Amino acid sequence: MRSHLGEFEEVVLLTVAILHKNAYAIALIDEMKERLNRKVSIGSLQTVLRRLEKKGYLTSEFGEVTKVRGGKRKKYFHVTNFGRNALELKKNERMGFWDDIPGLAFE
Amino acid sequence: MNKIKKINPPYCMLNFFRWFCHPDYVEDIEGDLYEKYDKYIQEKGRKRANWHFLWTTLSLLRPSLIRPLTLNNQLIYQAMFRQNLKISFRTLLKDKGYSLINIGGLALGMTVTMLIGFWIFDELTFNKYHDNYDQIAQIKRSQFSGNGNHFTSDYQNSALGIALQTDYKNHFDKVVMVRQAEEHILTFGDRAFFQKGNFMQSGAPEMFTLNMLSGTRNGLKDMKSIMLSKTLAEKLFGYSNPINKVVNINGKEDLKVTGVYEDLPRNSTFWETTFIAPLRIYYSMTGLEWNVWNNSNMKIFVEIPNDTDFKTVSASIKNELSKHIEPKRAAVSKPELFLHPMRDWHLNNEFENGKIVTSNQKRMLWFNGLIGLFVLLLACINFMNLSTARSEKRVKEIGIRKSIGSRRSQLISQFLSESVMVAILAFGISFILVTALLPWFNTLSGKELEIPWQYPRFWAVSLSFALLTGLLAGSYPALYLSAFKPVQSLKGTIQTGRFATIPRKILVVFQFTISITLIIGTLIVHKQIQYAKNRPVGFEREGLLMLPKRTVEMVLKADIIKEQLIKTGAVLEIGECNYPLTNTKGNNSGFDWPGKEPETILMLNTIQVNYDYGKAVDWELLEGRDFSRAFATDISGVVITESTQKAMGLAPASGVQLKYNGNNFTILGVVKDMIKGNPHEAPFPAIMFLSKEELGWMFFRLNPQMPVREALSKMEAVFTEIVPFSPFAFQFMDKAYDAKFKTEERIEQTATFFAIIAILISCLGLFGLAAFMAEKRTKEIGIRKVLGASVLNLWNLLSIDFILLIVISCLLAIPIAHYFGNIWLQEFAYRTSISWWTFVIVAFLTLIVTLVTVSFQAIKAALMNPVNAIKSE
Repeated sequence: MRSHLGEFEEVVLLTVAILHKNAYAIALIDEMKERLNRKVSIGSLQTVLRRLEKKGYLTSEFGEVTKVRGGKRKKYFHVTNFGRNALELKKNERMGFWDDIPGLAFE
Repeated sequence: MNKIKKINPPYCMLNFFRWFCHPDYVEDIEGDLYEKYDKYIQEKGRKRANWHFLWTTLSLLRPSLIRPLTLNNQLIYQAMFRQNLKISFRTLLKDKGYSLINIGGLALGMTVTMLIGFWIFDELTFNKYHDNYDQIAQIKRSQFSGNGNHFTSDYQNSALGIALQTDYKNHFDKVVMVRQAEEHILTFGDRAFFQKGNFMQSGAPEMFTLNMLSGTRNGLKDMKSIMLSKTLAEKLFGYSNPINKVVNINGKEDLKVTGVYEDLPRNSTFWETTFIAPLRIYYSMTGLEWNVWNNSNMKIFVEIPNDTDFKTVSASIKNELSKHIEPKRAAVSKPELFLHPMRDWHLNNEFENGKIVTSNQKRMLWFNGLIGLFVLLLACINFMNLSTARSEKRVKEIGIRKSIGSRRSQLISQFLSESVMVAILAFGISFILVTALLPWFNTLSGKELEIPWQYPRFWAVSLSFALLTGLLAGSYPALYLSAFKPVQSLKGTIQTGRFATIPRKILVVFQFTISITLIIGTLIVHKQIQYAKNRPVGFEREGLLMLPKRTVEMVLKADIIKEQLIKTGAVLEIGECNYPLTNTKGNNSGFDWPGKEPETILMLNTIQVNYDYGKAVDWELLEGRDFSRAFATDISGVVITESTQKAMGLAPASGVQLKYNGNNFTILGVVKDMIKGNPHEAPFPAIMFLSKEELGWMFFRLNPQMPVREALSKMEAVFTEIVPFSPFAFQFMDKAYDAKFKTEERIEQTATFFAIIAILISCLGLFGLAAFMAEKRTKEIGIRKVLGASVLNLWNLLSIDFILLIVISCLLAIPIAHYFGNIWLQEFAYRTSISWWTFVIVAFLTLIVTLVTVSFQAIKAALMNPVNAIKSE
């Protein structure tokens, strides 16, 4: 059974993977802005993060208390094995398409 | 940190965010917000940062991020609900007396509100039985009368109806002329009945969308046809098929039954119409002229097309009438026609100067609606009062609940579910009460109300009404009780003393003010009715019978009837008149008398009477003499009433010559004013002419020596012998006079009912309150007793607070009742005054009732053994 992975969900998942041990919301937003020039609001990102967590693609844990952020802890996200599989599956599907494009198609 | 002052995001937005955000996500997201905010401040300055913060926060309002309505999952929620119900039941059962008072009071309030609700619904849906409700209107005419008064009339010329049907065809879908409902005799075989019915043009059944049970709506197209209501058809023909049977009307015409329609409901303007016959029959029976402009004897109903409105059509026919009457008359009377839509027939049918004014019907609607609301409010107040008073006993419960982790919202829902449960129980009881009371309420209100069981909308409205009542009644205790602080409530240091009882006291005063006002109001209405009933009416009502000559045979054989009746000894005098003694119809002006100022226009009630009329009705001569057969010249004599004499300004009136219609008349005598019209109004000046013709109404003075029953049976024997086809349907004059008070008596009876319920509910509440007061002070009473207080002392101690409240209520209620009572009385010319003893009696009685209510508890507490009181914990 594969569950559906939307485009934005995929991007978020990938970004979490890139940032590895530093993947919390604001860092994710900045990363996406930098890489894709895509403006993401806190609301839409948090929604997707919760959804991915619920689906089991992500896990999360709180960091240490710091003086910035109004004293609030950061929440760090990690990609689970299940999430990783989903990403790979997605990638392979796409690659399958690319591989099968006949050489003449883009000439 | 650095020297830069830390700037925080706007607090209100942050709090708002904390409030709506899902608690699991708050910390993380709030941190994000802070971080973003700081970044913005550094990059773009504070103002932009604030705006951005606002926008970001708002954009967090997403279903996935906001706090769920209930934090607990479904399972816990259900368990809580069940728990709440169980606890509510236990609290109810624990204190049965209290529950009884509470539920009973609320049920009474709901019963009244429901009855009134049905009543109001019925009033508002008046005439909705007719499908074309929104397009039907009646043609009305407003104009000036001869003496400069402005009036609005329902009755129009038949020629106007024809003009509307032909010249104005395009403006209307249908135009139908109808003769007002009158009583006629319908005979089939040996069955004869007096029945109210209408003569209508053939389009009427279609226009009023009669529900035909047999035959079609075209039944009136035949000239000699008649349509019957279901009830009348059954009365006449039993269960045999009525169609094509022949019915005789007034002994004149034979009509074939062409249709039977479902009885029109009580809340239709035509509810009295038991049969409909073609209008042509009316003209052939009465010999009246058709298509004339000088006899306003028709009601005209129109149905307008969908694409126009009443105003437009009114404007186009407005001046039609003035075109057809003499210009001279038109200049004075200025008649204007307009359409009066069906939706206004019932509630907006009183006019002044051609404008709709607030009708009595509408006033009644407001009055009743207000009372219903008040009574419900009283019941709710009771509930609140008792619950808050009882709360003192539940302080500990609340403390424990709170300390083991109950949230305030949970306590609120606990109390609300208690009150909603009480409301729903009360609602069930009120249903039983309403079912039981409805027949009685129908006679009281003169309506045919039914409980609309089959309508889902009714259930939806009633249930939400019960829920709302529960929430309304429970809101105050729920909010008040749940606010107790746990530590204090466990220690028992909650200060529920002086301050806490003030709202309760205000509510009690409010309750009793309403109740007392209602009682005083009822007494004022009662007094006015009695006052007008006992008014000297200028003739003797007792032992006087009134009977119209309805049939041809009665007119022809009137002399024989009279002769035979006198012979039986049952009747002493038989008078005749062209009008009954119960109205002031027949008004004319154009009188001339010596000393009259040229511009005076005097409108008089002109009545034709025979020689014996005065003796039969037993009028009181003030001056001069009655008509007499001894003087041949009396045929040009008149008798006037006291107020006519006053209006003419004639000091001794007898012998004075009057001019009327070009003839000379001599005033023979002056009699006391006869109250024939509205018994609350000033007497209408009247003048009596002698007539040798047959007159339409007979008046019989019964022999006081003979028992009434015997006299009646003797009279009936004479009637059945001489005029077998005319029912002996007479009216007792005293009853006919009393019937004039229907409206006022209805107000009186409903007000009495409401007042009783109001005071009952208030006293129930007071009773409960007193009980709690006494219970709360058990220890105090015990100690006082030990120290030597007498029962009287204690009684005084416990009652005085309540008595004070009632006294305040009286002081408030008296001016209010006086004010509104006066407004009501101002409408009557012949009115009683509001006397001070009404107030004294009501205040006194209320005090006694409350004293009894309160004393019961006070004495019970005072008589208790102090040892029990002190050792009880």
